[in-house]
Amino acid sequence: MPERVMITINGRQLEVIAGTVVSAVMLQAAEPCRISVSGKPRTALCGMGTCFECRAVVNGVAHRRTCQLVCADGMSVETMR
Amino acid sequence: MKAAEVLVVGAGPAGIAAGIVTAEHGLRTIVLDDNPEAGGQIWRSGVRSKGHKRTAKYRALERLACSGAELLCSYRVFDAEDTTAILAVCEVGEETSVTRFRYEQLVLATGARERFLPFPGWTLPGVFGAGGLQALAQGGFLVEGKRVVVAGTGPLLLAVSAHLAEFGAKVVCVAEQAPFSQLAPFAVSLWRQPAKILQGVRYRASFWGTPYRTGCWPSAALPSDNGKELRAVRLTDGRRTWEEPCDLLACGFHLVPNTELAVLLGCTLQGEFVQVDSQQRTSLPNVFCIGEPTGIAGLEAALVQGEIVGLACAGRPTKHLERRAKAERAFGRRLAKTFALRQELRALATPETLVCRCEDIPMSKLEGLTGWTHAKLQTRCGMGPCQGRICGPVLESIFGWKPVSVRPPLFPVPLEALCSTESHPHSGSNA
Repeated sequence: MPERVMITINGRQLEVIAGTVVSAVMLQAAEPCRISVSGKPRTALCGMGTCFECRAVVNGVAHRRTCQLVCADGMSVETMR
Repeated sequence: MKAAEVLVVGAGPAGIAAGIVTAEHGLRTIVLDDNPEAGGQIWRSGVRSKGHKRTAKYRALERLACSGAELLCSYRVFDAEDTTAILAVCEVGEETSVTRFRYEQLVLATGARERFLPFPGWTLPGVFGAGGLQALAQGGFLVEGKRVVVAGTGPLLLAVSAHLAEFGAKVVCVAEQAPFSQLAPFAVSLWRQPAKILQGVRYRASFWGTPYRTGCWPSAALPSDNGKELRAVRLTDGRRTWEEPCDLLACGFHLVPNTELAVLLGCTLQGEFVQVDSQQRTSLPNVFCIGEPTGIAGLEAALVQGEIVGLACAGRPTKHLERRAKAERAFGRRLAKTFALRQELRALATPETLVCRCEDIPMSKLEGLTGWTHAKLQTRCGMGPCQGRICGPVLESIFGWKPVSVRPPLFPVPLEALCSTESHPHSGSNA
């Protein structure tokens, strides 16, 4: 069995396989990473840290590119508004 | 501050190959990468397939580890002082740290990104880059049972379709914009590189039941009734238009080289690529460039160029590798010709279609403007966090606008990174 970690997405607790990328969990949870300047939901586009569409608030820090972050136990991620 | 005889920026196949050779020749080598793990895009590993030992990537990383080179991941280069030092930021957890890296020789192996083109609906959740969706699936996004349309152009579409099928996705259609009349001679030209044919056939075999339509492209991504999800993709071959129901769209139009750091340093460009000589030396004497920034030519080109640079840095002969490098470069030129964008793709965006995704600037706000400076002043297009990396190539395709300048910071960094003492090494003594 692969190791698992607990992560909180917009207040909802999820258990994921260790090593899972945060933006992938956002997609899995059907939560947008950010709300665009005209109010539209956005999720990861490029998956490689270039487009900045997957920015979210991670452990209270805004503008983190979630496609470049691996889930850590106890991590909290919120949609960036 | 850290110092290296050879500093490699980018730990994809090219950077790894270079770092192995320089370190094995006894040069103090540091390899930096922005990603949390080495391997670049093509050697990205999946959450569920980590540590597979028979892969080329695994062998290369083992050799790099044994070579004595220092590999530092999650380090993003954001500024270059002159041609002796660069600055990189590392954000791990809530900590931000800045490190100055001094070097004698610098190797740029910064890779490429996908080219995107705007069409109605391309900002909907459920629409991804082609390589983008592959990376996300590898990162743990479960695509099993999902209906996926793969569209755009380039050999990447084959690889992506194969990998998505492997992850259990139902690839319903692959839409390649290049016409069959361009693809056929390309396929024939590969007879000298049978390994590439074999790989293509292997990829194709893994999604055999799915149509691979040539001369076909997406004209719109259509939302579900609630407007929040993708319902279908509208495809066209120029004569006929139809809807392909799907859950996800993976769409990319070949690749754009990441040349920002090279330009900031002052390396001469040749077209959109960094100009290099037969030893991959740029116009700056102690700066080399390898892989996609010197021409989109794929994995084999990256590996041989990396080896050449490693030997060149160590002052060893490289003649024996140049023929192979030349053949791979020629392959890259054939790729560019085969997968050249058709005119119709430049006219897919309607007035409402967003062009700049960071600032939500629609096409209607950009029409009639004279160029980048005008667009930035009038609309903020290209001034968001991606710094024009996505909309820049778009506007070059549509209006022919050339990028105006590259300035530090190369990527958005926290203010504290700019205030760091590493960013201002002389401020103490000059004060």
